[in-house]
Amino acid sequence: MKKPQTAADTRPWRDPGAKPFVRIRNVTKKFGDVFAVDDVSLDIFKGELFCLLGGSGSGKSTLLRMLAGFEDPTSGSIEIDGQDMASVPPYRRPVNMMFQSYALFPHMSVEANIAYGLKRDHLPKAEIADRVAELLRLVKLEPYGKRKPHQLSGGQRQRVALARALAKRPKLLLLDEPLGALDKKLREETQFELVKIQETLGVTFIVVTHDQEEAMSLATRIGVMREGAIAMIGEPTDVYEFPNSRFVAGFIGSVNMFEGVVVEDEPDHVRIRSTEAGCDIYVNHGVDCAPDQVLWFAIRPEKISLSRERPEGDANIAKGMVEDIAYLGDMSVYQVMLDSGKRIRVTKANALRGDPDAISWDEEVYAHWGGNAGSVLTS
Amino acid sequence: MSETATSASPWRPWRFLSRRLNAIGLTGKGLVILAPTLWLVVFFLVPLVIVGQISLSLMAYGQPPYEPLLTFGADGTVQLTLHLSNFLFLLSDSLYINAYLSSLRVAFVSTVIALLIGYPMAYYIARAPEKYRHLLLMLVILPFWTSFLLRVYAWIGFLRGNGVINNFLMWTGLIDAPITMLQTDFAVYVGIVYTYLPFMILPLYTSLVKLDGTLLEASADLGAKPLRTFLSVTLPLSMPGIIAGSMLVFIPAIGEYVIPALLGGPDTLMIGRVLWDEFFSNRDWPVASAVAVAMLIVVVVPIMLMQRAQDAVVERR
Repeated sequence: MKKPQTAADTRPWRDPGAKPFVRIRNVTKKFGDVFAVDDVSLDIFKGELFCLLGGSGSGKSTLLRMLAGFEDPTSGSIEIDGQDMASVPPYRRPVNMMFQSYALFPHMSVEANIAYGLKRDHLPKAEIADRVAELLRLVKLEPYGKRKPHQLSGGQRQRVALARALAKRPKLLLLDEPLGALDKKLREETQFELVKIQETLGVTFIVVTHDQEEAMSLATRIGVMREGAIAMIGEPTDVYEFPNSRFVAGFIGSVNMFEGVVVEDEPDHVRIRSTEAGCDIYVNHGVDCAPDQVLWFAIRPEKISLSRERPEGDANIAKGMVEDIAYLGDMSVYQVMLDSGKRIRVTKANALRGDPDAISWDEEVYAHWGGNAGSVLTS
Repeated sequence: MSETATSASPWRPWRFLSRRLNAIGLTGKGLVILAPTLWLVVFFLVPLVIVGQISLSLMAYGQPPYEPLLTFGADGTVQLTLHLSNFLFLLSDSLYINAYLSSLRVAFVSTVIALLIGYPMAYYIARAPEKYRHLLLMLVILPFWTSFLLRVYAWIGFLRGNGVINNFLMWTGLIDAPITMLQTDFAVYVGIVYTYLPFMILPLYTSLVKLDGTLLEASADLGAKPLRTFLSVTLPLSMPGIIAGSMLVFIPAIGEYVIPALLGGPDTLMIGRVLWDEFFSNRDWPVASAVAVAMLIVVVVPIMLMQRAQDAVVERR
């Protein structure tokens, strides 16, 4: 579902000379004494589908509302398409928003909802009608134009909200938890549609979400927010495979975290002694750290293998016992109690049907992983 | 098992009662509906029928001061006499028609003024921080703690020739001689709008406070300036409140007696006063009853129209 990442020009954020479309500079928003957004700087490029990901109270929605103009930054500046947005009211911004609650006008038909923004631009009637018909086609709601919002299902309302937000052909579309109110199946379908529409129209999307799966599958880049600040910005693969902190590693996907001390710090490898893992952790690349430094090793459940026999080697092998297995169909989640007393999570794809040789409850196993399988985190 | 449960269960008078009532076809739901039905029948329908009956009678000197509709002849006949003369009299004397029209005018103008004053107030209260809303609503209702009559009398003190307003205006030098305000239509409008304003504000507040703020944001986001947002979103969505508030002001204002009697002049013609005069000065109960019945018809028609408008609004949701 991600945009093809083969051509270099689809990823302008990798080009230091590229001009950002949205430029957020040191923006802070205080409500009373509380910092809702704390010194955020962020560049978003044309055609991007940028996800702001964070828990509730992380400031992601406040940031979005400042882009729409519903809140003014306490300090800092926001530029959209080279224009400073300070003191530009919402109704003059080249921005449209899709609200979490959809905020459809209950007293207007679907058509009137979509036409609302166009009427404000005083377009000729015929053109408005054409544009509304075109948008209804885009969101596949042609037969529902005359209905009232309350006569539609949740998914249909979501599409009306999207059509209304797209009607004015904004340069930038802000989406606040666009799929939050939909059930899981509908959400997955709609994700695809959303990306397709975004690619067809070439509009820049900024999506706020608390759902990391949604962010991973939608976004060209993700900005992980925590307590009003940006914890990490990166492409989905970077954020998942190369998190920059324990918070990011733990927030996105599940992760096993081992605390340890650096015992060997070489340019081509690092060895970490971890009592939590009950073994040495060998990392086959250099890490910016010092000997005797305490740090953390984060490894994803699917990067760990389980075997009954002890594999060769003197590191990255932890002995334990299978405590529990959750069978999810496509894969199984093993909960392993290491001899050190630490519980870890290991996932294994169920490649065989009814595998008689599968590792079972209460078996002694060796959990092992490669030298490049996890991330070394210093914060 | 059931036996032990019965022996252990305490005496339950409610269960006994409800069983008995169920036996004669009365459920809890039925009882709840029965109470207001009884109330309306005894205190509304029966008096209405009595008034209707008197309006079809003729004035008489005696107690009661009207002729009975049913007369029993010595030979065992029963005679029912319906006099329509009272209603014909209302139509023949322009005083009554003028009074009705004038009442409708006063009620309509007062409703519009109350709406124009009440809407901004209700809007402000609904948009105020939540912790102040109850206080502000309280202030709207506060005048009800004083007797209605006293409050109308207080207006006399304000409006009369050497009253508070005239004295203030003369003190500031804006006027040289007192303005005649008391005993004019102006005073009647002041009194009615002042008295019924809370009835306008409360339903307006109820519908405005329910208005979802994100709808206003969505409107602004789509390029609507604040006035456009008000006209296209806020106003249509508060229509149920506007209709309910207008009914609550318009209907009692039509039949208002006390305010025109105390604040109005001799030429302030309102149907409530006419009714009072017929009843207490002329002691003509049948004509007074006919005035009341006619007034009921005059009031019911606008109620039905407004009710239909409100249904249409609700339908459109």
